[in-house]
Amino acid sequence: MSHWSFIAAAYALTLLGTIGLAGLSFLAMRRAETDAEALRRDW
Amino acid sequence: MHAFANPARFLRIARPLTAWLGWSGAVLILLGLAGGLFIAPPDYLQHESVRIMYVHVPAAWLGMAGWGGIAAASLLQLVWRHPLAAVAARAFAVPGAVFTAICLATGSLWGRPTWGTYWEWDGRMTSMLVLLFLYIGYIALAAAEKERGGEGRTAAVFGLVGAINLPIIHFSVLWWRTLHQGQSIGLTGSTIAGSMLWPLLVAAVGFSLLFGSIVLMRMRAELARNRIEARLRRMAG
Repeated sequence: MSHWSFIAAAYALTLLGTIGLAGLSFLAMRRAETDAEALRRDW
Repeated sequence: MHAFANPARFLRIARPLTAWLGWSGAVLILLGLAGGLFIAPPDYLQHESVRIMYVHVPAAWLGMAGWGGIAAASLLQLVWRHPLAAVAARAFAVPGAVFTAICLATGSLWGRPTWGTYWEWDGRMTSMLVLLFLYIGYIALAAAEKERGGEGRTAAVFGLVGAINLPIIHFSVLWWRTLHQGQSIGLTGSTIAGSMLWPLLVAAVGFSLLFGSIVLMRMRAELARNRIEARLRRMAG
């Protein structure tokens, strides 16, 4: 295998891991803050 | 530091900071990685495979910085009883573990074309693997303690004791001269040529800013869940 196959795998893994982590953290934050705000308004 | 003890005051600062850190980090990551892939020259010994450095080194730095964050927050929690410290320590854990895993995987992908092997029980690689196991242990311990309604003091002690591994990782390339290369960047200078160094520094700053944004997102999520739990308890009572 050429060096570029290893480079592509390393960059893909890093970007997938970083984007996945940031995306999941953002969704968890938005869900929790929306639920907290809804509960505060309704109660 | 106690100025941020009030969650409302913390959130007033954290809300705009989360977006600012996230977007500026993303831009710098793209610039640094584009520079590393298309502008920086290949290395005279490692050839093109040196380009893995631009993702591997920031991941290694953040894996270690994540545990540094856990240790600092744990100290704040145990000594000064800062009310947000346990939340901050837990928020560092998963991002730190993810970047440690990325560091190990990209190091392995760098090792195959450079050294001819994906893995060697070398001092640096083994101590980074130990760091990943410490993260997994910390995440399990902190989650179990929170579920039981504890203050997270056991996890905080674990976070402080685990910091012993950080100097071991740092000095491993000096203590055990096996396969991993020595230190290339220090506080006083670098042995990397400027044309290869700038994309690395830009990518490292970018990943660090995004890491900060992710930690803030996780702190905000836990604070919101705490507010929900407290309100539900009041409603039930």
